[in-house]
Amino acid sequence: MAHQQLINHHIFDNGLTLVAQSMPWLQSAAFTFGLPAGCRFDPMDKQGLSNLTCEMAFRGGGGYSNRELVEALEGIGCDYYSSTGIYHTFFGGALPAENLIQALEIYLRTIGGADLAESQFEDGRNVCLQEVYGLEDDLAGKAMLELRLRHYGHPFGRNSDGDVQGLESATIDDVRAYFRRYYQPHGAIMAVAGNCDWEKLKAHVERITADMKPDPVEMPKAADEKRGYYHIPFESNQTHLTFAWPWLPYRDDQYYLARAAIGVLSDGMSSRLFHEVREKRGLCYAVSANCHSILDRGAVFGYSGTTTQSAQETMNVFLAEVRGLAHGVRKDELDRLKVQFRSGLIMQQESCRSRVSAIAGDMFHLGRVRMLDEINEKINSLTVERVNQFLAEHVPGPFDIVTLGESELEVNDEFASA
Amino acid sequence: MNLRRHKLANGLTILAEVNDAAYFAAYGFFVKAGARDETPEISGVSHFLEHMVFKGTEKRTADQVNLELDELGSSSNARTGEESTIYHSAVLPEFQGHIVELLSDIMRPSLRNDDFETEKKVIIEEIMMYQDQPPYGGQELLMSSYFGTHTLGQSILGTVETVGELTAEQMRNYFSRQYSPGNIAFVASGKVCFDKLIEDVEKYCGGWQAYDVDRNIAVATPTFGFQTLHKENSHLQYIMQLSPGPSTEDNDRFAMRVLTSVLGDDGGSRLFWELLDPGLAESAAIGNCEFLGTGTVMSYFSCPPELAQENLQRLQKIQLSALQGVSQKEVDLAKQKIASQILLASERTESRMFSVGMQWINGLPYKTPAEIAADYKAVTLEQCNAVAHRYPLDQNCTVSVGPNQNINRP
Repeated sequence: MAHQQLINHHIFDNGLTLVAQSMPWLQSAAFTFGLPAGCRFDPMDKQGLSNLTCEMAFRGGGGYSNRELVEALEGIGCDYYSSTGIYHTFFGGALPAENLIQALEIYLRTIGGADLAESQFEDGRNVCLQEVYGLEDDLAGKAMLELRLRHYGHPFGRNSDGDVQGLESATIDDVRAYFRRYYQPHGAIMAVAGNCDWEKLKAHVERITADMKPDPVEMPKAADEKRGYYHIPFESNQTHLTFAWPWLPYRDDQYYLARAAIGVLSDGMSSRLFHEVREKRGLCYAVSANCHSILDRGAVFGYSGTTTQSAQETMNVFLAEVRGLAHGVRKDELDRLKVQFRSGLIMQQESCRSRVSAIAGDMFHLGRVRMLDEINEKINSLTVERVNQFLAEHVPGPFDIVTLGESELEVNDEFASA
Repeated sequence: MNLRRHKLANGLTILAEVNDAAYFAAYGFFVKAGARDETPEISGVSHFLEHMVFKGTEKRTADQVNLELDELGSSSNARTGEESTIYHSAVLPEFQGHIVELLSDIMRPSLRNDDFETEKKVIIEEIMMYQDQPPYGGQELLMSSYFGTHTLGQSILGTVETVGELTAEQMRNYFSRQYSPGNIAFVASGKVCFDKLIEDVEKYCGGWQAYDVDRNIAVATPTFGFQTLHKENSHLQYIMQLSPGPSTEDNDRFAMRVLTSVLGDDGGSRLFWELLDPGLAESAAIGNCEFLGTGTVMSYFSCPPELAQENLQRLQKIQLSALQGVSQKEVDLAKQKIASQILLASERTESRMFSVGMQWINGLPYKTPAEIAADYKAVTLEQCNAVAHRYPLDQNCTVSVGPNQNINRP
């Protein structure tokens, strides 16, 4: 290992978690500030309100106009972003490390004192509407969004961008009320990775967030899950096939066994899906299956896009391979996967951007950062016997399926959810 | 970081930017072969060949290639462009010997007929996939309209027809011409053992036969005009334009990048404030794209169809505003942004390999990230305003794709 992992975290009295990985050999740093203000709190009839509030929070405040804010961040070389997810709204960026403290100061000052001006509201709403319009032309994304909503239900399966109806019905007062309620530090996570000094960073963050008063939020309950097969008719060259089934979440003790099984299915060019669907049969260009977690629930989401005439065969082969996992994995498959896991883990260590999202994710899902040694131990402890024992107890399914394309497909009843 | 170089007797170049502090190493074959090296009847062959390179050799089947790439825990991929095809893998340092042997071996593919026919289906799926994605073939139409019969007008993927009719024999002929060792560099970055690298590349590639290879880099004569591609079930309208810009060899490209950043970056630019900040468009950008002998600038936006005509006028307003001059403050901000992007990229091992490799493909002298940053830092306001006049963006070829068929040049 080229460098030691230097990771610290601290929870301030107001409930804000600060986590940082010091990477002193870099000249850059990356940060993200996740406020517990994701779309899980959007009212059913105002989906997109969190996204609109995020947009408005970045349109001036703390003495900066909209334009001054952008110029201030660009002036210190900050490649900035803001986005809304299920649980959090994120503000972040990457920049030369010497400007990190200044960037955090600008962010906190602006977001903390966001103007939420009525004069900016229509423009802000239009920006959010454009994001929703853009998704309409992403056919694979559209099928996957529908699948997620059906599989996880509201609010955890939502598209965090919202919908046209919700965005059009939201008012500036809704935005202000949402901001007052959810832009608070309890459950917020600030993560930093790169060339940074932990003690200085901690002192600085404590100072600039001291005025933020905690107001804990409650987790909403999942509702409106829909099971089975659903087809979206659309005139297109390809049919987009998406699959979901329940799987273990990241925080589960057996997660690495579950992840290894999906790795054999889909990681790399020798994986079962790539080999059987693309290499052997030439059915598609893209095929994949990925683990996904929403705190205490997990799922696998699978995808393939293929021409209409190959769609039924692609679905059959895809599902047969997934079901085939129940028969277990082979030693050569697991050995390859373990090398891939280790390599990926090490390669991820060089970039401040990838580290910042990894440590922020760990703090959210686990309340701590999994260190390299611990992950390596988990990888080393993967054996064929343990993975196969796990698979015997966790047969993939039942499947929720969404397809988008010219024709509906036939789904064998035994695959579909009851 | 320092660059090490070596050239084999058959003309193959070896380049490595060695960084002992890196966690891993990236390796890649950079080939001077791309869509502009094709004739119309074999359009798409460079990209198809890129796929076939992974389909086995005299020593290995396609399955063995895939298995070994995964056994090494490699992050591997390949890409084809107008002027290059690149095969690359990142692995941990202990796998250097194996990955160099494997990559070298696959660079002499068998191109077996049965693999060729199976992979043809995958390529056709890929073409179909892109036809379903915005801008629905608009990019290809723009390139062919702008470049006409010039080789840069050819599609990288080819069409269902050209790929469907390609034969393995045509591919073999193309391969022996374009993949001559003088046309290839093996490039590495990160934690690399250079002496071992030379030894191995010599062993595995030293016997490759050299051919004389020509590349046509004739300057293109652009065609300006306006074309509409009707796509009824598209939700948005996609407008894209090409206008002349500095070529790869032209030092004006630095000033042009600063200028296009001022005018059309997706954040903080004049176009951003005009179209994106008020929510009039879903995406909008202006950026330069250089080729050997010929350069272009691309202007682009997507928006609801009913706003497209007005937005096209707004885009033209921004393009014309360049002729009135940009300000020192705008230039300074753009230069700061570019410097930061160069810094962030310089800390990625794979991005260093691409930088070194693309400099070789482009026939440019090697420069470190600091030297490249210095080139941008040296750009003056006067140079930006000069390139704005030399390359007026409003004189262009435009393609409009989407449901609105009533859009006209402003």
